[in-house]
Amino acid sequence: MLSYILRRLLGVIPVMLVVGVFVFSLLHLAPGDPAAIIAGDNATAENIARIRASLGLDRPFLTQFLDWGGGVLRGDLGVSMFSGLPVSQLILQRVEATVSLAASTMVVAVVLAVTLGVLAAWKAGSLLDRAVMGVAVTGFSVPVFVVGYLLVYFLSMKLRWFPVQGYRPIADGLWDWARHLVLPSFALGLAYVALIARITRTSMLEVMSEDYMRTARAKGVATAPLLLRHALKNAAVPIVTVIGIGVALLISGVVITESVFNIPGIGRLVVDAITRRDYPIIQGVMIVFAGVYVLINLGVDVLYCFIDPRIRYR
Amino acid sequence: MSTLAATLQGLRRYPTVAVGGVLIAIVALAALLAPWISGDPLGFEPVNRLKPPSAEFWLGTDSLGRDVYARLVHGARISLFVGLAVAVLAVAAGGLAGLLAGYFPRVDAVLMRVMDGVMAIPAILLAIALVALLGASVKVVIVAIAIPEIPRVCRLVRSVVLSVRNLPYVEAARSNGTRVVRLLWRHILPSTVAPVIVQATYICASAILVEAGLSFLGAGTPPEFPTWGNMIASNRMFLMLAPWTVFAPGICLAIVVLAVNLLGDGLRDRLDPRISRSM
Repeated sequence: MLSYILRRLLGVIPVMLVVGVFVFSLLHLAPGDPAAIIAGDNATAENIARIRASLGLDRPFLTQFLDWGGGVLRGDLGVSMFSGLPVSQLILQRVEATVSLAASTMVVAVVLAVTLGVLAAWKAGSLLDRAVMGVAVTGFSVPVFVVGYLLVYFLSMKLRWFPVQGYRPIADGLWDWARHLVLPSFALGLAYVALIARITRTSMLEVMSEDYMRTARAKGVATAPLLLRHALKNAAVPIVTVIGIGVALLISGVVITESVFNIPGIGRLVVDAITRRDYPIIQGVMIVFAGVYVLINLGVDVLYCFIDPRIRYR
Repeated sequence: MSTLAATLQGLRRYPTVAVGGVLIAIVALAALLAPWISGDPLGFEPVNRLKPPSAEFWLGTDSLGRDVYARLVHGARISLFVGLAVAVLAVAAGGLAGLLAGYFPRVDAVLMRVMDGVMAIPAILLAIALVALLGASVKVVIVAIAIPEIPRVCRLVRSVVLSVRNLPYVEAARSNGTRVVRLLWRHILPSTVAPVIVQATYICASAILVEAGLSFLGAGTPPEFPTWGNMIASNRMFLMLAPWTVFAPGICLAIVVLAVNLLGDGLRDRLDPRISRSM
């Protein structure tokens, strides 16, 4: 298994290389002078020359790419055009908010979705089942910002249960931190709940029709252990797969959710960079998020061997 | 008469297709007839700022005194157009790539690595980067949303091609001396049509969502266009005072995406029970 993990780790290299080439050449594939594009519509020639020099755009493409790629490997993502600060520093400052949001969303969504999915499969065909599946289809179709504003309008503005927006660092107190994360996590989590609940139900139904489930029921295993230990454990592989696939959904959603709830995370960093045409920031965040996505999917693949020892690796 | 009866019976058997289809037809009709069934989406009268829904303004007015209903109906045009255009573009590009990757092992090795890389970049960030570089226009938004969808279509088509390329009827055509282009076009491509149609529906739904998200973030269709995302973004500060300005486009967005997803689910059950939406 160790050799499998090692091989998968090596497999990350070509993927990230493609990501790197793609992200880097976007700037150069755009028609016109990259420096002029970054400088904006009413830039002076001086300004453009400054940008060209600071990005090293006057050197050959391959040199630029190797230089940039080497920097990325050392954790140097370039310098923001707007603030002059290193992009890696700007990202690190905002990691806590984004990770808090992503992690709390993940926890809320997985707990809620697996519970709903198991219940729906247990009472397949019942009203509960149909309600859960209805929520699953709808949840997949309502955009994050619409769910977000609905929650804010009713729970924050009308009922005043939660803060309207903002973020408090953990260091300022756990309670305040959690209170500010409730609505964003539910808004962002809904699509995720839909995705996971659906697959949990399907996978559970499949397992529950197996012979050993009938045997277990016949020998008198109680409902809870029957559903959890016998069924859910064996239904776990597709569920974990979908959780991995959903990470891409989560990352895109984080960017929008941070804007809805005014959370100063990495997503806000990118959105603020759009109007300032701060391309190094957009580039840096793309690389970091792509890396996170690839690593999480690698983690999911490795997790399979622990969940299901029957899976053999070539 | 018999075909009509058959159609009706088919719709009863697949109610999701019927519900989705009817909802989409209504919205499409409203979008097509927008200039005739609503007022001016751009004209603003500051006197009428943030008016609640009334007989004159069915869905009230926004922060600049513009008619929310008129903007909503005109916004449907952009949403539907972007959804359709992205689906067509992604299916064409991804389909071609998938055919080639599935049929030529050498192309496969390179192409699938590239696709893996593209898939790793979060769709919304890729779109933001393209819009920031190329400037915001409907054309750029369509291309920017289509690119991240290409790998998904490519993988799907490739898997179908791999499963049929060595079937006897393809072997027979090959040994008859059928040229590669004709072989791909006449003998292999038809097997991919059913799953691709289903996939295209889901791409359309997701494109409508992403377009709205990009507009909302200020990285999409230019703000002067009345898109649903732009409407929500420009009125979000007035959520407390005038919730209709945010919820009218928001609920429309949800209904349209739900309708397209329902259509996709129905088509999937009808055309191809094997593929699941998690792909």
